[in-house]
This record gives sequence, structure tokens and C-alpha cells, in this order.
Amino acid sequence: MKYKKSFGSLLFDWCNTILLIFLTFIFIYPFLYVLSVSISDFHAVTLGQVKFLPVGLQFDAYKAVFKTSPIPMAYYNTIKYAVVATVLTLLLTSMTAYPLTIIDFPGRKFFTIYFTITMFVKGGIIPLFLLIKSLRLLNTIWAIVLPSCLTMWNIILVRTNFKNVSSSLREAAYIDGASDWRILFGIIMPLSKAILVTIALFTVVSQWNNFFAPLLYLSDPQKAPLQLVLRKIIIPDSAAEGTMQGMMNQAKGSVKDQADIIGYREAIKMAAIMISIGPIILVYPFAQKFFVKGVLIGSVKG
Amino acid sequence: MISLAKRNEITKREAISKKIRRCLKYKHLYLMIIPGVIITFIFNYIPMYGITIGFRNFQPNLGYFEGEWVGLKYLKQFFNDPYCFRLIRNTMLLNLYSIIFGFPAPIIFALLLNEVNFSPLKRFTQSISYLPHFISTVVIVGILMKLFASDGIINQLLDSLGIKQQNFFGNPNWFRPLYVGSKIWQDTGYNAIIYLAALSGIEPHLYESAIIDGANRFKQAIYITIPGIMPTAVVLLILSIGRLLNVGFEKVYLMYSPAIYEKADVISTYVYRRGIQGFDYSYATVIDFFNSVVALVLITIANTVCRKVTEESLW
Repeated sequence: MKYKKSFGSLLFDWCNTILLIFLTFIFIYPFLYVLSVSISDFHAVTLGQVKFLPVGLQFDAYKAVFKTSPIPMAYYNTIKYAVVATVLTLLLTSMTAYPLTIIDFPGRKFFTIYFTITMFVKGGIIPLFLLIKSLRLLNTIWAIVLPSCLTMWNIILVRTNFKNVSSSLREAAYIDGASDWRILFGIIMPLSKAILVTIALFTVVSQWNNFFAPLLYLSDPQKAPLQLVLRKIIIPDSAAEGTMQGMMNQAKGSVKDQADIIGYREAIKMAAIMISIGPIILVYPFAQKFFVKGVLIGSVKG
Repeated sequence: MISLAKRNEITKREAISKKIRRCLKYKHLYLMIIPGVIITFIFNYIPMYGITIGFRNFQPNLGYFEGEWVGLKYLKQFFNDPYCFRLIRNTMLLNLYSIIFGFPAPIIFALLLNEVNFSPLKRFTQSISYLPHFISTVVIVGILMKLFASDGIINQLLDSLGIKQQNFFGNPNWFRPLYVGSKIWQDTGYNAIIYLAALSGIEPHLYESAIIDGANRFKQAIYITIPGIMPTAVVLLILSIGRLLNVGFEKVYLMYSPAIYEKADVISTYVYRRGIQGFDYSYATVIDFFNSVVALVLITIANTVCRKVTEESLW
């Protein structure tokens, strides 16, 4: 596709490059700003001197978040929810999708329709909330994990992939005396690793960012995951003052000037944000291609 | 005669036992699928029945299935609710603006990326662009509030440009621009992935013959690239119109305050306030139900239109 570039074409290339660099900056700037505020000198933050890069350097805000806020506990809770949700999702989705790939399985049509209906008809939040309440699942991990662990969407993705594993392989294993369980866990699932990893990643991210379900079902602060705690710290609300107060008390040691207390407060908020998105940013470069894959299979099988 | 009847019965019995044997052969498959069936029954099908709460006089101290039937009482109450119109308007406008401004963004972004010859820049920009999609709503709103705070960086910028400072989160008129703008920032890169895939699917020989015919880059874009992604764009546009009544609860809930309910309150947040916070379970259920029925009708229409126009559809 080589051809002599006209002046207009070159001009466009330059403008386009500059525009894209600018857009990249727009995408990244909010994160850069948050990072800068979280490690800048409190005095500079109070005066609003931090624009792009950090002014001065301190890690007291991070120390305060780790020492006096409920963030470490929330971290533990979130990891627990994410792990249980991921294991359950993978297990249940695979076990549900596999029988649906076997053409002469009696009831295959019925079950397919049974699961498909849930895509279109939903009970809505109030009936689900009341159900979970009457099952006495409020303030338990199961309220977070169970209602979302099996979706038709995931079943479709996994089923399509399982189908691609040749059926002759299954039949051969069957003749050799392998049970359906052996075939699923020993042959089909290992051969469908890519899709399972993709689903696992999406489940982990959605649990990591889950706010709505915990808001509904978890009122016990001991059970609160990251996003609930984070909200109390970073989004001003009368109910949140208690959480902030603990950290502000810590401030007395590390802040010399009373005027810097505003900066300290802001730095703490931004430090909390950085701590909560840290794992996602760290995993992101490696997980990226799976994320892209997730979108693309979604669109093919739409 | 007797032997014939007997023979019939025997074949019948044989047929049944054959059926049973056939099912027994698959017993492991049934065992496998049963947990999923039960979970789905409990968390999907029982709440579906739970919609009847909206047509019953539900009391929290009674059981899940109790409460006398009151027909359409709560639905009528919703239509007479002074907030009814406001909620529907806010919900639809928020989506409408998201479509008008948010729909072209990933297409333009993908087209610009596609024109870049220097591939490290392309890869880097693209990778960065979909990072915001994986950040939680709480964090997004937190950052937004920081940037647009009364002493925030945006107001400092306005000040240095000699423009009056704005109270972004207290003024209802700023809610929609902030919501839609941050949504575009968050989703453009992610939504561009699908267009970039469509772009890479365009056959290179189309461009080659266009070059031979003397088409410049602009003409190539108009006559090859854009038609190449048109089917994808049409499908996505129609489907997003089908979702006119679905607004994510989280972001509005985290962004709004009573001062800006006028522009910001949407159906899902109202359902939450009335139902979960106000214990008005029947009323909230019926609003949510009304919303999802209209949404289902919309998406079905969108899907049908989509199939007619592009021969592609969601189902």
C-alpha cells in the first residue's frame, strides 16, 4: 500500500498523531492527577498547586489509609467474594453448558429455553431483595455471590466453545469408559481454557467493582467490600464522617500546620482510590488481550 | 384379539422402559445440570413470581407469597405520581444524550486509530483508552467530584481563562453534561474495540484497487472504510435505542443529591428510594416492573427493526 504521500495526507498524519497523543493524555490524566495528589505535600494540595506531577513527596496518606481505615478489611472481603464468585461461576457455568452441547440429551431444548427466559424476564430488584431477605441471606457472602453466578450470557459463551471441541473426542473418551464428569473436567474444560480465563477475569473485575449488590444486601460494616468502604471515604456524605474521622485523628501526628488538614484529607481520599484500583492497573497489561477477546466473542455471538 | 391387546401393551411398556433407559444413560448429565437449574429457579424464577408483589398489598411482616390482591392500584398510583413524568423524562433524556454524543465517539476514535501508521502509538493509545472501562463507578464518580469540585482543577482552569466558576455538583443543569461526558470518557475506548475489529476485517485488496484508481486517503475512508463498519454501527445504534429506558443505577445514585433531583432522579434510583429505603415494596416493585416491560418492548422493536434492516440481530 505504498504510494507517494501528498502534502494533505502528511498534514493529516501530523494532526492525527497530535490528536491521538492528546486523547491518550485525556484518558490517563485523571489517574495521573489522583496519583499526584495522593503523594504530594499536604501544603501544596491545600493550596491547589498540584496540577499534573506531584509537588513534594510523602506517603503518610497511604500509611493512614492502611493503619486507620477499614480498607485492609474491605480488601480481604472483596478478595473473598471475588474468589468464591469466580469458582462458582466457572463451575456452574461449565456444568450447565456441557449437557446443553450434547445433541441427543433428552430435555436439552427444555433446559435451553428454561435458561434463556431469564435473559428477557427479570423479577427486578425489590422481589429479589425481599427473597434474599426472607431466605435470611442478608449480610452473608451468598447474597452477593449466588444471584449473579449463573447467567445465560456466560452459558452461551461457554456452550459455543464447548461445541468447538470435537464431538468425536467425547465419543472416543466415552467408549474408553470415561464418565461425563471426567470428560468435562479432564478433556473439555482444559481445552477451553481461553474462554474460561476470560470469564474468570470478567467475574473478578465485576466483583472487584461491585457496589450495587453490597449496598443492597450488606449493612454490616464488617462484611463491607472495597467499593462500599471507598464510597464512604471519597464521596462526601453525612453518614461517612465517622470513617473519615478516624483517619483525621491520625493526621494530628503527621500534619504540622492546621491549614494543611484540607490537603491531608484530599490526599487520603486519593490514596484510597489508588489503593483500590492498584490491582486492576497492575493486572491490566497482562489481562488486556482477554478483555479484548471478551468483547469480540460477545459481539460475534450477540 | 387378546394377544393383540397384550402385544400392544408390551410394546408400550417396552417403549417406556426404553425411554427410561435412555434417560438413565444420561443420568450424569442431569446431575450436572441440576445445580444450575435450582439456582436459576430460586434467584430468577421466584423473583419473577415476586413481581406479583406489585399487585398485592405486601407487608414485610407477612411471608413472601402473602398479601391480598389489589389489582392495578399501585400502577395507577404511579401514573398519578407527580414525579412520574419527571422520572421517565430524566431516564430517557440521559440515554438520548448518551446516544447522540456517545455513539459517534468510538467510531471516530477507531477511524483515527486506523489511520495511524506508527504502530507503537496506535497500540499504546488503544491500550490506555479502555482502561477507564474497568474502573469502578465509585472511583469514577470520586475522581469526577475531585476534578469538578468548587476548588477543583476544572474550576481553576475556568478561573484562569476568566470564566465564572461553576458549582458543578450542586447545579442541576450540570448533571447531564457531567454524566454523559464521563460516560464517553469511560466507554469510548472499550466500544472502539468492536469497530477496530470490523476495520481489520475489511479486505486489503479493496484499498489496493482504490489506490490504483487514484483514490486519496479521504476518499478511501469515505468509500471503503466507513461502509465497511456501517453494518456494525447500525446494529449497535439500533440496540442502544432499544435500551432507552435502562439507566445504570450506580452512577446516578453516586452522583446525585436532593438539590439536583429535578434533572438527575431516574426510575431506578426512585425505585431504590421508595422500595429499599422507604419500605414501599409494592409500589416500588410495580414501577420497576413497568420500566422493564417498556424496556422489553423497546428492545424487541429494536431487534426486529435491526433484523429487517441489516439481517443481523441480538436473537
